[in-house]
Amino acid sequence: MKQSPAYTLYHPKWYRKRVSTWWWTEQWRSFKFILRELSSLAVIYFVGLLLWLLWSLGQGAESYRDFLEWMKEPWMIAFNVIALIFVLYHSITWFNLAPKAMPVRVGGKRLPEWMVAAPNYVVWIALSAVIVWLMLGGD
Amino acid sequence: MTKRSNEPFLWSLFSSGGMIAALMVPILLFLFGLAFPLGWIEAPSYGSLLKLIAHPLTRLALFAVCSLSLFHGAHRFRFTLYDGLQIKHLNELIAVFCYGGALAGTALAAYILWNIS
Repeated sequence: MKQSPAYTLYHPKWYRKRVSTWWWTEQWRSFKFILRELSSLAVIYFVGLLLWLLWSLGQGAESYRDFLEWMKEPWMIAFNVIALIFVLYHSITWFNLAPKAMPVRVGGKRLPEWMVAAPNYVVWIALSAVIVWLMLGGD
Repeated sequence: MTKRSNEPFLWSLFSSGGMIAALMVPILLFLFGLAFPLGWIEAPSYGSLLKLIAHPLTRLALFAVCSLSLFHGAHRFRFTLYDGLQIKHLNELIAVFCYGGALAGTALAAYILWNIS
């Protein structure tokens, strides 16, 4: 008996066109996607800022004052405005993703998306208020 | 046998970090980056901030914010490099760079928070 000849399936899908590195500039949708993905850099930047603040707190009152002075630099403020815009974009897209990632059903019917996303916003506002309250002295 | 993937574990860090970052980062960045320096709200004094941080719960929360946000950022940035720049062939290198950075940041956060007194 001869062995059966090697048989490969015909795969038209194996032909892939090379996608341009700039594919995400071609459509507003994909551009928004990349902007959202880039919000990760703003989050990482913020953690750096927070660690700097905590470090300066550990060093003493003078170091903390220096930190606050640094924050007043115009370029620092400009940088923080940009980072804040990206971080807010992250928050909003993240909260709005919840109903798409886990649809909630009540009585066999899907709840409208805003009803699933809304609790996120409520928690967000409440937590933010608590933080402001703590920063103002907490009593 | 297929190799077990680490992806679900990394994804769980990504999603919890995404949530905690979405909830906590905007207000903190707004306060320390804009409201305090521009004088919209008076910055808390050294003493009161230290008192706040002396509480173990505050430290734990701050540690979670730092660490999980970093893992969230690392994961997302990793895929930004994959998809945006299409450099899938550097897969391992990028993963080591991203998650390694997040681990280093986590260690730094733990060290700093542990030593504030």
